[in-house]
Formats: sequence, C-alpha cells, structure tokens
Amino acid sequence: MSLVETDLQGVVEDAAAHLYVWALKDIPQDLRDALEEARGRETSIPGRRVLDIIARNIAIADEEKNLVCQDTGIAVYTCRVGEHFPLHPARIYEALKTGTERATLEHPLRSNAVHTITRENTGPNTGYRLPIVHWEFISDWDGLDVKCVPKGSGSENMSFLKMCVPADGVKGIKQFVLESIVGAGGKPCPPGIVGVGIGGSADYAMYLAKEAITRPVGTRNADPIVAELEDELFALLNETGIGPMGLGGDVTVLQCHIEHADTHMTLNPVAVNYQCWAARRATAHVSAAGDVDFDREA
Amino acid sequence: MKFPTTEAEIRKLRAGDEVVVDGHILGIRDRTQIRIFDQGIEPPMDLNGAFLLHTAPGVRKLGPGRYEKVCIGTTTSARMVRFTEPLGRQYGVRAICGKGGLPDEAIEPMQRLGMVYFAIVGGAAALETTQIEEIEEVAWEELMPECLWKFRVKDFGPLTVGIDSHGNSVFHDVQEAAQRRLEDILARI
Repeated sequence: MSLVETDLQGVVEDAAAHLYVWALKDIPQDLRDALEEARGRETSIPGRRVLDIIARNIAIADEEKNLVCQDTGIAVYTCRVGEHFPLHPARIYEALKTGTERATLEHPLRSNAVHTITRENTGPNTGYRLPIVHWEFISDWDGLDVKCVPKGSGSENMSFLKMCVPADGVKGIKQFVLESIVGAGGKPCPPGIVGVGIGGSADYAMYLAKEAITRPVGTRNADPIVAELEDELFALLNETGIGPMGLGGDVTVLQCHIEHADTHMTLNPVAVNYQCWAARRATAHVSAAGDVDFDREA
Repeated sequence: MKFPTTEAEIRKLRAGDEVVVDGHILGIRDRTQIRIFDQGIEPPMDLNGAFLLHTAPGVRKLGPGRYEKVCIGTTTSARMVRFTEPLGRQYGVRAICGKGGLPDEAIEPMQRLGMVYFAIVGGAAALETTQIEEIEEVAWEELMPECLWKFRVKDFGPLTVGIDSHGNSVFHDVQEAAQRRLEDILARI
C-alpha cells in the first residue's frame, strides 16, 4: 500500500466518524423546512401537539448538541465512487467500519448491533456485514461521495414488499403503498418519508425503496411519469388521516419518494421502506487529494 | 400527575387527555420483559403502581452500577403488547408509555385492570433527556441497554392518553376512520 492510499483511508475513516455523529445531531434544512410546513397546516389537536414537541426537540438538540433521537440506528452508507478515486472500495469499506466504531466509542453512542439469532451485542454498531453500504460507481470521475444514513428500527420495521402482477397495473402499486402506510399507523414515527421502489426484482425493489428515503425531502424522480406518481401518492397518503405519531390528523407523511428500475414483462414488484420524521443524513465529498467537504443538504 | 400512582387516579384519565408526569418511572424493553415472563425471573424492582417507559437509553458509565444519561428516548410499543396483561395482573403496573400505540388486544386488560397507555412523541429524545433528572438505579446490566432502569423525572411530557381504562383507544379510532377513507380512495384511483 502506498503512502497516499494509507492517508486517504484515514481521511475516509475520519469523515465517517464525523458523519455518523453529525447526522444524528444536526438534521438537514430541507427536513426542518418540511416539518415546519407540516406544523403550519396540521389542524388536529394531538397532531399539533406532536409537531410542536418535534420542533422543541430539534431546538434542544441544537442547543445542547445532543442527538435528535436516541436510536442511533443501523449504520447505512451510500457511496458514489469515481472510477479514478485512488482508494479501492475494499479499503473504503474498512474505513467506514472503523469510523463507525470510533464514533460509537468516542461519543459514546448506543450500540444497537446484535447477532441476528443469539441477539448478543456485537460491539460498537458494527458486526458481520455491518455497516451496510450501497455502492454506485461513476465513470470519468476521481471523487468519492459518502452519505451516512443512520436508520432507525421503528421505521425500518415498517418495510413491506409485494410482488404485484402486471394485471394489477399502477393501481396495484398505489393500493399497496396506501395499505402499507395505513397499516403501519403510528409505529414508524410519522410524519416521515415514504420510500417506494418499483420494478427490477424483489431484492432490487427494496434496495431502491431505501435509495428513495436517502434523497433530500421533496426532490422528484427525473422521469416525469414517476414524478407524477410521487405527487399523487403524496396527496393520497395525506388523505388517510393517520396523522402525526398515528394520533390522527392532516399530516401523515412529509413526502413520498419513488425510485424505479425497468423490470421483466411478468414482474411488477413494489417495495416500501419508511423513514421516520427524524430522517437523518449527512454527506462528505472526498477529493482524490483527500480534501473533505461536509454537506448537510446532499 | 405523580408516579407511582393508584387505580383511582388512573380511572380519572380519558383517551385524548394531555398529561405531564413527575416522580419515578421505570425503563423496560423487549429483553427485559422476555426475562420476566418467558424465563420466569422476578424483577428486582417494585412494579406496583408503576409507570413503565419503553426505552433502551444511551448512557455513559460512571462506576459500578452508576450511569449518567446521554440520550434517552422511546421505542415502538406494539412489539411488546403481549406483556400488557401480565404486567397489570401480576405486578400492578398502572401505566405503559411508548410510541406508536398498542394494538386493540391491550384495550380489554387495561379496562379490566385499571391501566393506561401514554403516547409519547417517538424520536423526541433530546427533549425527553432534559426531563429525566437522574438515573437512580439499574438492574440486569448484562442486558445493556435493555436493562431495568429507574429514572427520576420532572415535567415528563406532554403525553397523550392513547388508551384509557374505560375501553377507549385513540389508535383504534384513528385506524377505523383511516380504513374507511382508504376504501373511498381505492374506489376512485
């Protein structure tokens, strides 16, 4: 390993350690704006109480430099790696894992990771195949973007997959999303972001649903047909009356984001992944030279 | 209102009421209750009249058995609904507090035994942490962070009475109304 590679691994590790804590404490402006807008339009008494408490909570987290939510989640990173970025993804993964461990021990953060059968804690929010990393490789680029998305379990437990058939059409997709969110009620800490993945295969639809919840709040799919479905589902989901924390009201979701892939002619998969109102995310842009630009809004 | 409390005080509460709590509350979670009920191990704290909070706090260790708060928030209650009835019947628990509500199977035991469910705002842990004055006791540290915790609280809330001891559940009513709205929506899409 060259000296340059060694340094770059350290840079990515430091960035990951910073991102994990920062994401947990300082939620993005687009999310703050969406929550404030929701507070403005909610008319139910318990719903307003919930949104007022959320606003107070965010202010206290800012003042006291504390975590917005105690659930430090499962560490999920999305990485966009340029083909000329001079650190191999195997080393990037090591850096993310060590960075997650350092953040957990140094802050300290609650350790959530357990063996899935024995339920014994595996240590500082890492373990076998933890953290989880989504990879995207970019041609003709030498940079790295790392986005940290600590994913809370209350909302992750509200994940749903249905293999609709082509004859179910788009209506089948809409129906499944609506039924999933009504059925979830207050459990995933509404109002949050409904991530929907459509097309591809069963596993890829769920992967896309997770991608969807990592987008800035209110961004739209580049395909106008999909963007129109995002608008429609956003409006319909807010007609259900589930309301903030499931206590009834006008605001059930802050947004509906959809990611899609082309699929087999006999497939029509739809996956739902919920992101709670504390939709935490933080990004680092890392250059080939090792310069880091932290970005709360990406 | 102050905890621990009595059945008479609990019976005064109605679904939808806003409540702020002072006194002592106990932190409890999945593994804590699995130990009590599935493994049959008696909890080493008095649960009579208690307020149970569904939590696994983030803490910093100060010394043997001593912890200071870092970030304390509340988890989803529905996973633990099957413990509602035995908590009331065997141990005299009066209130369960968590987020997201309890399914309808909690309504009957809460009515019969004189218990309530308090809905807290999930994720609002920075605020909740300021309302917890001190971690006074911890038992079963080997279950960290799913131990049995005793907290002293001041102005804890505001909480919403989600299920009262008279057979009413806000969550049941919201779900019923949402199912009707869903039928209307599905008829026109």
